[in-house]
Amino acid sequence: MALSPLNQRRWRNFKANRRAFWSLWIFAVLFGLSLMAELIANERPLMVNYKGEWRTPFLTFYPETAFGGDFRTEAKYRDPEVRCLIQSGGMEDCLYEPEATMEALEAGTLEGAEPGWILWAPIPYSYNTINDLGRAAPSPPDGNHLLGTDNTARDVLARVIYGFRLSVSFALIVTFLTSVLGITAGAVQGYFGGLTDLIFQRLIEIWGATPSLYIIIIVAAIWAMDFWLLVGLMVLFGWTALVGVVRAEFLRARNFEYVRAARALGVSDAVIMFRHVLPNAMVATLTMLPFIITGTIGSLAALDFLGFGLPASAPSLGELTLQAKNNLQAPWLAFTAFTVFAVMLSLLVFIFEGVRDAFDPRKTFR
Amino acid sequence: MLDARPSPLVEPLVRVRDLKIYFPIHTGLLRRHTGDVKAVDGVSFDIAAGETLGLVGESGCGKSTVGRAVLRLYEPTAGSVRIGGEDIATLSPERLRRKRPEMQMVFQDPQASLNPRMTVAAIIAEPLEEHTDWSRARKQERVHELMDAVGLNRAFANRYPHAFSGGQRQRIGIARALALNPKFIVCDEPIAALDVSIQAQVVNLLEDLQEKLGLTYLFISHDLSMVRHIATRVAVMYLGRIAELSPRDDLYARPLHPYAKALLSAVPEPDPMRESTRRRIILQGDVPSPANPPRGCNFCTRCPEVQPQCHEVKPELAEVLPGRFVACHLVRPLSDFKTAGSTGGTFGAGTVPEPNQQGETR
Repeated sequence: MALSPLNQRRWRNFKANRRAFWSLWIFAVLFGLSLMAELIANERPLMVNYKGEWRTPFLTFYPETAFGGDFRTEAKYRDPEVRCLIQSGGMEDCLYEPEATMEALEAGTLEGAEPGWILWAPIPYSYNTINDLGRAAPSPPDGNHLLGTDNTARDVLARVIYGFRLSVSFALIVTFLTSVLGITAGAVQGYFGGLTDLIFQRLIEIWGATPSLYIIIIVAAIWAMDFWLLVGLMVLFGWTALVGVVRAEFLRARNFEYVRAARALGVSDAVIMFRHVLPNAMVATLTMLPFIITGTIGSLAALDFLGFGLPASAPSLGELTLQAKNNLQAPWLAFTAFTVFAVMLSLLVFIFEGVRDAFDPRKTFR
Repeated sequence: MLDARPSPLVEPLVRVRDLKIYFPIHTGLLRRHTGDVKAVDGVSFDIAAGETLGLVGESGCGKSTVGRAVLRLYEPTAGSVRIGGEDIATLSPERLRRKRPEMQMVFQDPQASLNPRMTVAAIIAEPLEEHTDWSRARKQERVHELMDAVGLNRAFANRYPHAFSGGQRQRIGIARALALNPKFIVCDEPIAALDVSIQAQVVNLLEDLQEKLGLTYLFISHDLSMVRHIATRVAVMYLGRIAELSPRDDLYARPLHPYAKALLSAVPEPDPMRESTRRRIILQGDVPSPANPPRGCNFCTRCPEVQPQCHEVKPELAEVLPGRFVACHLVRPLSDFKTAGSTGGTFGAGTVPEPNQQGETR
């Protein structure tokens, strides 16, 4: 796809801002990695070779019986019995004396074994894996748990990776939906003005006065809260954020001489709004977007911190912050939560600062 | 009836009748409609195909409003605007949009009338995008053709308006207006924002294009010397009404309406000998508010020759000499002269002394 000259210039301008450019790369890599979180932190092995057969447990469900065990529930790959079954090729001894059998297998003294192997993810715990620590949780960082565990013995690093993905996708989805709604509403109000504008503005004032936190608490009391319900609620009360800015820009720009010129040329309203007026509103909108994105991340964290957000099993950074507050003797929780928030929000702000400057037609770059 | 051409059977390209544009004033908590700014209050004129009608007047007299209403960029309050036999004032939005290619506009401020985010090629091609389904290559060909026609280097097609000088920007605006081969172009003070040296270039360009393409202009300006240069006929506006509408040379040689006299006396003379004897008519007072125009003639508050009846009766625009229309009680219509003979009236009914210089100045 070829970029228009204007967008080429914007891209050049964006690249000229080194901080924004590198922030975009770092953020893209981090978010890209977190999108592949299942490959990085997973309690199910990525690949298993059982009796010469290739299996991918992180994608497919295998009952324990598939590996020669007794239960028809999903195989618990972290149990020594199941590991022994896979590596020995389904020896029945594994079910009674897994440790002894494994030792014999490694020593090569086990008769009738068909050696298999297990490929684990780099972090062999998922965000909801409850680990057997043999000590009190939360446990400090060690070789097994690089960032320690939280108060239910879940690996903090795994939770942070999933939590980063959840926070960012939540913010991006909410921001996209609120922007589309807000820009459309603001554009219609500003461009047509008059009575349309008057009625719409009063409705927005009433809507904006709704206590959204109460609504979220009430809704959470009626239905079980999940990701998409929370997205819906945030969009429902967040779309008014951009209306004012976009409306003001449209009110200003609709009397521009070149908009009038376009009207004299016989250009249709929709095209004028899209081609001539919207680009004017884009700079103001883009200036607002980082606030909306970081605000959404903050809102999600706050709701989780207060316990009105996603369920406690969800890998939320807000929930990690709550644990940090409740376990001041475990500072690794607070440090982790703080660092993740700081890095994530700073990167986003740096990127959007660059985007905003690149969209500014009056800004000159060397 | 206001047409200068001898044949009244052929309708002129543009026929404006009794055009009124009032901007409502709302006051109070309930935004009640308490009055109107009568920006244009009953203006009538014709423009024949191929001619240039100059529209002059001081700031705020409604000349730009007339220009915009003629293209229906403002909704007229009353009256009709017929262009090419169709009444623009009552067309439905979609019909109006399809009519737009025939009538175009060149704007006052070339900086403001070009979208700073579009390249020159995109600006000139915009009317083509809207009104044709030509291929990319054909549109580009047309853009290059237009850039040649207005004297812009083709190599500049992908530059943005900010990279051009004022005169070049106005050329871009003219090229855009020409893109769809319009018959009629409203030039709304096209030279007011330009340097004097550039003004002549742009006016000459407009004249060349008129000659080549047979365009018809409504040329709005407050620069009386430029209007003298380009216009075929000139209308002088005062406070939303036309005071005098005359052929160019007649008006400049001997204005009839007191306001036209005062206005033209302000034009400096290039000849120092004549300049030293130029008698400047200084008007007293300010222009009345168009929201509350005076009763009777709207010039009666400042007219040096005011009569009692001027405060009572609104003078209608009437033909006082062949092709000359004046709205003044003191300048009596042509028919009166025929009966009153050569002694009546405030001026002699003889022919205008100066020869027509049209061939020399064009």
